[in-house]
Amino acid sequence: MSGFFYCENLVGGYGGENILNDCSVSVNKGEISVIVGPNGAGKSTAMKAMLGMLKLSQGKVFLDGKDISNFSPQDRVASGISFVPQTMNIFNELTVKENLEMGAYLREDDLDETFEEMYSLFPILHEKKEQMAGELSGGQRQQVAVGRALMTRPNVLMLDEPTAGVSPVVMDELFDKIIDIKKTGVAIIIVEQNAKQALNIADYGYVLVAGKNKFTGKGSELLNDTEVRKAFLGG
Amino acid sequence: MENYDLLNAIILLANFVIVPALSYGSQLALAALGITLVYAVLRFSNFAHGDLMAFGTMIAILITWLFQSWGLTAGVLPTALIALPFAMALTAGFCLLTDRIVYKFYREQKSQPVVFMIVSVGVMFIMNAIVRFIIGPKDRTFFDGEKFIIKAVEFKSYTGLPEGLSIKSTQVLTIVIALITMMMLFYFLQKTKMGKSMRAYSNNEDLALLSGINPDRVVMITWIIVGMLATIAGVLYGLDKSFKPFTYFQLLLPMFAAAIVGGIGNPLGAVAGGYIIAFSEVMLTYAYKKFFMYLLPTNLEPDGLMQFLSTDYKFAISFIILVIVLIIRPTGIFRGKTL
Amino acid sequence: MIQRYRTHLAFSFMALLLIIVGIGQSWSVSIGIFNLCIISAIMAMGVNLQWGYAGLFNAGVMGFTALGGLVAVLISHQPIYEAWSVGGTGILISLLIVIVASFFIFYVSKNIKSVFKKRFFIVFVILLAVIGLGNFYGPSIDLIEDVNPAKTGFLGGLGMPIVFSWIAAAFAAALLAWIIGKVTLGLRSDYLAIATLGISEIVIAILKHEDWLSRGVKNVTGLPRPVPYEIRLQDSEWFINIIEWLNSSKLSAIETVSGKQDLLNKLVIEGSSIYVKLCYAGLFISVLVILFFLSQLALNSPWGRMLRAIRDNEVAASAMGKNIVGQHLQVFILGSAIIGIAGAMLTTLDGQFTPGTYQPLRFTFIIWVMVIVGGSGNNLGSIFGGFFIWFMWIEAEPISIAFIGLVTSGLDYGDPIRMHLIASAPHMRLFIMGAILLITLRFMPRGVIPEKVVRPR
Repeated sequence: MSGFFYCENLVGGYGGENILNDCSVSVNKGEISVIVGPNGAGKSTAMKAMLGMLKLSQGKVFLDGKDISNFSPQDRVASGISFVPQTMNIFNELTVKENLEMGAYLREDDLDETFEEMYSLFPILHEKKEQMAGELSGGQRQQVAVGRALMTRPNVLMLDEPTAGVSPVVMDELFDKIIDIKKTGVAIIIVEQNAKQALNIADYGYVLVAGKNKFTGKGSELLNDTEVRKAFLGG
Repeated sequence: MENYDLLNAIILLANFVIVPALSYGSQLALAALGITLVYAVLRFSNFAHGDLMAFGTMIAILITWLFQSWGLTAGVLPTALIALPFAMALTAGFCLLTDRIVYKFYREQKSQPVVFMIVSVGVMFIMNAIVRFIIGPKDRTFFDGEKFIIKAVEFKSYTGLPEGLSIKSTQVLTIVIALITMMMLFYFLQKTKMGKSMRAYSNNEDLALLSGINPDRVVMITWIIVGMLATIAGVLYGLDKSFKPFTYFQLLLPMFAAAIVGGIGNPLGAVAGGYIIAFSEVMLTYAYKKFFMYLLPTNLEPDGLMQFLSTDYKFAISFIILVIVLIIRPTGIFRGKTL
Repeated sequence: MIQRYRTHLAFSFMALLLIIVGIGQSWSVSIGIFNLCIISAIMAMGVNLQWGYAGLFNAGVMGFTALGGLVAVLISHQPIYEAWSVGGTGILISLLIVIVASFFIFYVSKNIKSVFKKRFFIVFVILLAVIGLGNFYGPSIDLIEDVNPAKTGFLGGLGMPIVFSWIAAAFAAALLAWIIGKVTLGLRSDYLAIATLGISEIVIAILKHEDWLSRGVKNVTGLPRPVPYEIRLQDSEWFINIIEWLNSSKLSAIETVSGKQDLLNKLVIEGSSIYVKLCYAGLFISVLVILFFLSQLALNSPWGRMLRAIRDNEVAASAMGKNIVGQHLQVFILGSAIIGIAGAMLTTLDGQFTPGTYQPLRFTFIIWVMVIVGGSGNNLGSIFGGFFIWFMWIEAEPISIAFIGLVTSGLDYGDPIRMHLIASAPHMRLFIMGAILLITLRFMPRGVIPEKVVRPR
């Protein structure tokens, strides 16, 4: 394995049972890696493991050539990895602007420029910046969540099922935004249920089954692979 | 004189209902803010809050006595006001110490809120013992300085009305200090980075951790604020009425009622709840006989005291309001946290 | 095996403590402590039923205890016929008004759909009731309280044997618990704590201020006893004979007849006090044993297992279709009834009812310490907790005074710091209680005799 941010041979789980059995994922700057797979394959768990929220019995995580396997989640955030959880991913009793501010909690420098970047990336957030985040629509809330994660100016952005529960139109919009973000040079890892759409925008795809890499390849390759299509993409 | 009946009635009400309720409400609001902050950030109902107030007040009284023995006074204002900042600092320190020795362990264990609540009962016993041990269980007045801003007699001779208005300096002090404190607190919570991070932590702990907010720091700041608020509330209450450890323990009920009625975990709700409880308590236990005597023609004057409930039952009022609000709107007036 | 060992060790230790007091201070003191230990143990069992079995935080133990005490007065005191004749009708009419109004409100809140109409009717009924009460209640209590105020000034009771009140108290406490439970059990757990704290304060306020009911702070004294009086024992031939027989060796050692008589008198007085306390102890032990076996039966029944299942995982239990609020209401009522019994027993033992002495630290939070220290969820644990904590509560004072005496022994006798510390020593017992609670929670969170964890095979 190699890449800007990668993990290899992860083994671990909650309690006694292993959820991850030898799983490896990698991503480069300005690229999108997508993790897909059936329910219970350990997709989200793999992401949590990369963030340091899971006790691993085996495997290592590297960022920019450095072994960060022993870093706490907070330290990983501080070294430039941002994470958008699947649920509860905004501060719903804070305004949109305050949400973004909290995203940048660790930064001591001037935030104005980053705010401008966020507002140009997500114009709706500028419009609603004084509104409580909890009052926004589902799609807008996902934008707040991604915006909050981007405020640290991360090198790596990890998204856990960002399109869960949003309408197809909003989903397409979100994927467009993610491509925009990728173009700024951020390394992006996405865990997705909507495998087809996700692999469409992916540079690299990982199909996980029972906590193990089953298929690995370029996004377009996986989309055209008959076996993958049959097993996971519905023909 | 006939024409002034309405004015007299209003002055009567101001004298015995509005001014006392405003000052009692301010004291309750400050106390309820402490409870609500502990609830929002540390996520438990703190049974030791009444005794924390007693502790803070005791420190203020001891420092006041020290200053008085040095001959240091604040002129027309009570000496306790000079002692207040020192007492606030010491009480905040005491809170941090309690957290370090007691609560921190359970936070690291990720104990259930109800475990914290029982732990706070233990803390309550210890604080209670410390206060009684040092200053005793008896009533203490530590007020000095000018007692009245407006005396009833002066008001009468000045306005020529038969009904006098007297405003105690402690009442005005309470309201002013409480307003300043609340404004500062809300500025802190709404406008500063630290305050926002406290709200963020209270709202979504996991995401706060993911954003790099340091939980230990949030907890520390919370205890400091809670200690300071409890001291201010306790000293103002003690100046206005008197200091007796058991009375402070009994304030737990109206304090919690205020916090819950307003929506527990919501600072704005705590303030609203404090005034609601105070006004209900004072208004429902006031005997309106004289008030109606001014307003109604002689033949309609009431026989009884026109009192809804005897003052002996003022605790019942906070309780009844609490129950009514909980039945009609379980999250409180301003939507509080629901676990 | 270890659990058994712990239980035996704990109770042997407790027996040892009481024996030490018996030898060191006096047997009368020791048995006196023992009796209150039993009452405490019963209270702790009530709280344990609520907290240990169901996880309900009842911060109103004091209220149920005091209610039990009131029932003891109302059952055992002679009725005051004069008071009944002047104000009885008014009080009965008032009671009727309250009952009718309550039923009406209950009916309205169940059967009228429109929220606005519902609230309008409720407010209307309450106003009517208040006006009605103003006309009947106020005048009658004045009349009642004017009847020989120095001695009675209240309606009195039913004049029945006081032991009946133990059963009646259970029902009274159960009724109060039913009302509180109906209102608060559907809500969040800590609201129950605040609500019960409030109810208990209100109960005490009523008992302190409604003089027609139980003389308020003027107290009711001289309640009839279920056991013999010391003075009568001291005059009884058979009792003196027993004492003489028990101490025959001591008595025969004395030469003079008058000396013998003096010693015998002393022994009879001491013996009568011990005898009375032993009688109480016998009664109390039988109540404790009955309640213990009933609680054990309940704990190990399907009902008890379901309660613990709910306590351990509310979400799963409600997903399985268990009616959590209903179960909680049952257990809250049962636990409160047990506390009510203990309250009536306490007033029986005291022979008087003094509302002013009910303090939340002593009657609510100490009971909590007993349950936590003993081991929540385990009845034997609660009994041990009741014994041990009550013992500490009583003995903490002499211990603290001795301790402070030791610490300040270097200071002058009249030294102000020493005087202050000695005067404050009684407050140390609160400190000791808090410390015991916190240390247990920290280092032995499941208590001295922990709950048996039943593992599926």
